[in-house]
Amino acid sequence: MEERPGDDRPQLPPPSLWPVGFAVGIVCLLVGLVVSWPAAAVGAGLTLVFGFLWARDVTSGTSSVPAEPAHEGEAAVPEPEPGERFPRNKFLEGATLGLGAVIGGIVTLPAVGFAVLPGFVKQKQHEVDLGPITDFEEGKWQIATFMRDPAQGEITRRTAFIRNNGDLDGKPSFTIISNRCAHLGCPVQPGGPLFERQKKELKTTNGEVQLIPTLPAAGFICPCHGGAYDQEGNRTAGPPVRGLDRYEFVIRNGRLVLGSTFSVAEVQGSGKTARIKRYQLQGPGQPVDGIESWMYPLQPPH
Amino acid sequence: MPRKRSDTVKQAALYPLDWLEERSGLIGGVKYFLFRKVPGDTSWWHTLGSATLTAFLVQLVTGVILAMYYKPDPQHAHSSVEHITHDLTLGWLVRGMHRWGASVFIILMFMHMGRVFLFGAYKYPRELNWIVGVLLLATGLFEGLTGYLLPFDQTAYWATVVAININGTAPFVGPFLASVLRGGAEIGPDTLARFYSLHMLLVPGALIGLIGLHLYLIVRLGVTSPPWSKEAAGETPDEEQPSGRSGLVQPGPRAAGVRRRPSE
Repeated sequence: MEERPGDDRPQLPPPSLWPVGFAVGIVCLLVGLVVSWPAAAVGAGLTLVFGFLWARDVTSGTSSVPAEPAHEGEAAVPEPEPGERFPRNKFLEGATLGLGAVIGGIVTLPAVGFAVLPGFVKQKQHEVDLGPITDFEEGKWQIATFMRDPAQGEITRRTAFIRNNGDLDGKPSFTIISNRCAHLGCPVQPGGPLFERQKKELKTTNGEVQLIPTLPAAGFICPCHGGAYDQEGNRTAGPPVRGLDRYEFVIRNGRLVLGSTFSVAEVQGSGKTARIKRYQLQGPGQPVDGIESWMYPLQPPH
Repeated sequence: MPRKRSDTVKQAALYPLDWLEERSGLIGGVKYFLFRKVPGDTSWWHTLGSATLTAFLVQLVTGVILAMYYKPDPQHAHSSVEHITHDLTLGWLVRGMHRWGASVFIILMFMHMGRVFLFGAYKYPRELNWIVGVLLLATGLFEGLTGYLLPFDQTAYWATVVAININGTAPFVGPFLASVLRGGAEIGPDTLARFYSLHMLLVPGALIGLIGLHLYLIVRLGVTSPPWSKEAAGETPDEEQPSGRSGLVQPGPRAAGVRRRPSE
């Protein structure tokens, strides 16, 4: 084959000693910066001189040989013939792919599990101590705000509407309604005045608990999309698909303690004689009864 | 050999580029991408895609800088955003660019999509690029959703509550989807960090990959003429196509997409 300029030969400049001088100059400059200014100046001079010589050398080497685009010449390596494949060849290919898949799986599965699983395990609702039940006057509503999990801080602050219904068969009865709208989870507000001046703040094991008396004469209303509920949390207007969720409670040593929340479709009756069918807690917007509830057969642990 | 001084200077200036080209072919690749042939009657409408890409790059750069000052935990998230906006030099500008640029990016995506739809540019052989574009739109909207929580004020918090609960109403899988998004049964401290991680690592990574695929298909398939193009309708005499450059792909008559004869 005829030798053509630039063909199959990397365009290397001729070997020269200038880069070595350049490097010495740099070292001298850097050392000089630490040790003494004159040394640094000498280093800078060396760097400039050798750098110039090197650059001149390099540029003069390439200009004489016009570069030829690689795609216009002949192929450097002829196209390989499609070869016969042997069992060992196939085995190696399979082994490489298989091993790669196994390694990938070993790495990926725990990572994906770590990303997803913590959201589903150890999800429990902490009990909330709301202080002595004597703070709750019979027949009056209070807005209680509290931290569900003080260890996690303010972000777990929740609100419940609480009314002391008086005794039923010698046991205290409370209506405790969650403020989470059953439409899409915005915070519903009492439809009536708040008596901020009678606000009580107390410290319990659940951090700071606030109690503000209110008179939700028009029930509860959601500011986001206009869902409205009566005083038992039954939907009266707007987009919600069920009534407001409720809290379980116990009275322990004369103190009101909230337990888990549960979902409610509709409450029959009112106050202490209300009949409440308890459903497993569901997300907002998910009906708990009727044909539409079939769309939500399984719930992650709440 | 006598040489002009200007030639020597030019050689010296080009030497690094030649060095790079010889070892990587990158210069040729970039030239191929930037100076490829497009139909003669492309118009300003065709720039909406590049505009979207530019908006994305602005988000990328400003977002990386914002991440240097933002603190993704519920105690400090909002105050760190206030700090960026009010205290740090030029923080208001970079945050403003990111905040408004997000809307610009989304709006441009829709406008670009509308252009492609009205020009019929989604048709054969570009259907796959339309699908990639739809994925980009969905991923871009998810980027918007995850970013919306980060200022962590009342708007951000409740908008995210509502958005997650809307996902929760999807039949059968909804409740699980909501739990995955929240990283738990309730929005907690981990939810914010989770959204932050999604917003700045996972989703942008997916966007970059999809954009790469989108651009590859654009280069491979070429740009479409507008529907009113006389040239594409074959009303002017066909000239010989200038010879295609070899590079990433060898553009054939169809791939060039410029002058398809009516008989084709």
